[in-house]
Amino acid sequence: MAKILMKGNEAIGEAAIRAGCLNYFAYPITPQSEVAEYLSKRMPEAGGVFLQGESEVAVGYMIFGAAGCGQRVFTTSSSPGVSLMSEAISYIAGAQCPAVFVNIIRGGPGLGGILPSQGDYFQSVKGGGHGDYRLLVMAPASVQEAVEMMMMAFPLAEKYRNPVMILGDGLIGQMMEPVEFPDHLKSEPTNKDAWASNGMDTRGSDKQNLVKSLYLDPQQLNDHNLLLKSKYEQMKKEEIRFEPYNTDGDYRVLIVSFGTMSRVCRTAIDNLKEEGIEVGMIRPRTLFPFPESAIYDAAVKDSCTSVLSIEMNMGQMVEDVERCIRGQRPVRWYGKCGGEVPTPEEIMDLVKEYV
Amino acid sequence: MAKGKTFQKPEALTDNHTHYCPGCTHGVIHRLVAECIDELGIRGRTVGIAPVGCAVLAYNYFNCDFQEAAHGRAPAMATGIKRVRPDLMVFTYQGDGDLASIGMSEIIHAANRGEKFTTIFVNNAVYGMTGGQMAPTTMPGQRTTTSPLGRNTDETGMPVRMAELLSSLVTTGYITRQAVLKPKYINRAKKAIKQAFTYQMEGRCFSLVEVISTCPTNWGMTPLDAIRWAEDTLLPYYKLGDYKTPEQSSGNE
Repeated sequence: MAKILMKGNEAIGEAAIRAGCLNYFAYPITPQSEVAEYLSKRMPEAGGVFLQGESEVAVGYMIFGAAGCGQRVFTTSSSPGVSLMSEAISYIAGAQCPAVFVNIIRGGPGLGGILPSQGDYFQSVKGGGHGDYRLLVMAPASVQEAVEMMMMAFPLAEKYRNPVMILGDGLIGQMMEPVEFPDHLKSEPTNKDAWASNGMDTRGSDKQNLVKSLYLDPQQLNDHNLLLKSKYEQMKKEEIRFEPYNTDGDYRVLIVSFGTMSRVCRTAIDNLKEEGIEVGMIRPRTLFPFPESAIYDAAVKDSCTSVLSIEMNMGQMVEDVERCIRGQRPVRWYGKCGGEVPTPEEIMDLVKEYV
Repeated sequence: MAKGKTFQKPEALTDNHTHYCPGCTHGVIHRLVAECIDELGIRGRTVGIAPVGCAVLAYNYFNCDFQEAAHGRAPAMATGIKRVRPDLMVFTYQGDGDLASIGMSEIIHAANRGEKFTTIFVNNAVYGMTGGQMAPTTMPGQRTTTSPLGRNTDETGMPVRMAELLSSLVTTGYITRQAVLKPKYINRAKKAIKQAFTYQMEGRCFSLVEVISTCPTNWGMTPLDAIRWAEDTLLPYYKLGDYKTPEQSSGNE
């Protein structure tokens, strides 16, 4: 299949359709409004549903309703919009419905700015909404990877009956790159008759299906949370994805970086190699579950003396990197936010301080 | 119907005992909705949306598929379902705190888009589940746990009339206000609910049936006094009747 040149935001919309998702609800927000603009034309062509909701709050529940009655559905937004959707995300996780959320992060907090950022790491990975829930969070580093993660997101959401979050940034959304939509990532929606409120006649049953998150009995709520926890533990066993870079040989410094930031780090690593300085990198492709052992193993290699967590924020993922390394190596954070992206030269200078 | 039986529980209700307080009119409204579902033969393709409020456990009493919304968000959930499965019959069942306060935005926009679902809006002028706090629908001077000296309209404005407000939208719809205070009202309320479901079945329009209801517990009255108070105080302000029908509103610009 031939590659075509597409803007990240449009490719994300097209990828969902190619993955077999024909339902999209959204509210405009920079820097991802092109997804809605693209799908407002494309969804009707594909025989699907496009609806612009009145707010991100409402969109969150349109997603909940559609997912609850057993249909594949997704939305896209950016940081302040995802904050508003976080109420629904908590309910959807609690009610165990599969749905896909895309956050094309912009700078925060508050209204912040409209330029790329990774400032929503905590929001995506640690919660965002209330209660004990997790999202399966994937972070693409290219438009092609965003396409593939979108296409994988729907069957993963269905496997776990849990929301999946694609965490990009303004660069992934706005950048144009050649992409292809791999046929092998097309999938059929799973049969949801066992739980979805899709109408008794739809499944030929006389038993009510109930989509809810309320458990007033303390023991039932504890059991429900244990069930959710067991799914998150299963994700840790089966869904960790990461990319090692230049980690086969010896290196003095290990970088941990994700998304757009990891591409800048890769350039810095290539340039440093030409100068005779070896630096390894682990790029988490899933932020939850986090590649804990991969980072630990790469950090405790004899040649490695320090670890750098390089992020487009004020130091969020670094807390997880420190947790993985358990004090075996010094861990430092470097980063910028607000739309400022650390340059390869800055990273090279930084690395040289440690070798 | 089995010979000799004169009164039966609708199929669309379960055998569960409700948690509603003595004298509460939720039970009557549940029954009316269930009778309409049975009579129209739509139970197998009906999805109800429970609110947050006294009716949060409605799914224990209705014998059809159900989803449970967050506070005020039922119209957005109903939109999500109806857009992706237009063949399903969808109704939201919401109280006045849920719909007229926190859910004001969702109900107005769903009505304005002309979403083809039905809302049963139970208005008893007070928050019930949380213990009798002031609602946007609380009457001037009405004592509640957050307006202990009576609702002061200088500070909190006048009660919101949802049927009037929604009927001001230009989009076609069926908006009616009914009551369940006495048999004569109950018969009319059932007709309205059935009409609302019928419009939905025909794919015609958004429909909302506001139902003036009582809350003896939080009003601090006996069930009989509550009915008298509702007739004397609520009905003159919340006037019953059809505010908008698709026939009327089609030429309404």
